[in-house]
Amino acid sequence: MSFRVHVRVMPRAGLLDPQGRAVEHALGALGFAGAGGVRIGRAIELDVAAASRDEAEARARQMCDRLLANPVTEDFTVEVED
Amino acid sequence: MQRVAIVRFPGSNRDLDALRAAERVGSEAYFVWHRDTALEGADIVVLPGGFSYGDYLRSGAIARFSPVMQAIQRHAADGGAVIGICNGFQILCEAGLLPGALVRNARLSFVAKPVDLLVERTSTVFTSALSRGDRIRIPVAHGDGRFVADPTTLDRIEAEDCVVVRYLPAGPGIEANPNGSDRDIAGICNPAGNVVGLMPHPENAIDQLQGTRDGSGFFSSMAAWQPLAGRR
Repeated sequence: MSFRVHVRVMPRAGLLDPQGRAVEHALGALGFAGAGGVRIGRAIELDVAAASRDEAEARARQMCDRLLANPVTEDFTVEVED
Repeated sequence: MQRVAIVRFPGSNRDLDALRAAERVGSEAYFVWHRDTALEGADIVVLPGGFSYGDYLRSGAIARFSPVMQAIQRHAADGGAVIGICNGFQILCEAGLLPGALVRNARLSFVAKPVDLLVERTSTVFTSALSRGDRIRIPVAHGDGRFVADPTTLDRIEAEDCVVVRYLPAGPGIEANPNGSDRDIAGICNPAGNVVGLMPHPENAIDQLQGTRDGSGFFSSMAAWQPLAGRR
């Protein structure tokens, strides 16, 4: 079986996210008052061959640990499509 | 004579500069392709600057899995010297050969200009000919040069005297921290000093034509390097 997996990689909370800050300023400049806490990460979608949904998730987490996210600066979430 | 392997990845662009800087101090320098699995008897491996694999995903993240990196891991574990400059520093952090990570500059823009550095550690393959407390000016050229690590790791790096060069604090006439690096760190080493990474480009400051020769000492250090005791 193959599962569609959605990985979301975000800069770790507390780490300065200059992209998020620049976009937040730009939103304010465009007149969107009240937009705050902007943070910018990365979304990755992939197909993972696995016997079960749990196995697909476990494999995707390994991929995150080894490549898709940097453990020093980023956090990730993994969602497997039904 | 030192044998110096300059590793070329797709997207390396300071490889020739590093080769010339190594040759200038009398080293026998040669290129190694990233798909090679042997270092051909290298004493010192240099990971040069550039944009390996287009900086896809994260700077250095893909290069880390190149076949040559396994040989470099073994070389470093055996006490051999490894120097990462700019993109090479990013690769060494991604590979876990040095702690921390290099992320987008705090002000987002790519910076290419001379910066002022304080030399802090000289018992390394790349700084033995310099003196602690030296102030030098060499260029940086990077978009992802902000060194970050968690506070515990930063404390350990400092406690183990592993900060090799630091950006000077802002002041009159000083080109200070250009990227927002934690604790103004511009370059670090492993505790043994045989693995060194730095963001600035000493290979682009070895001739008066380049505006400064302050980078020369890094390469004369390299030429004088003696392998660590116990190396195979």
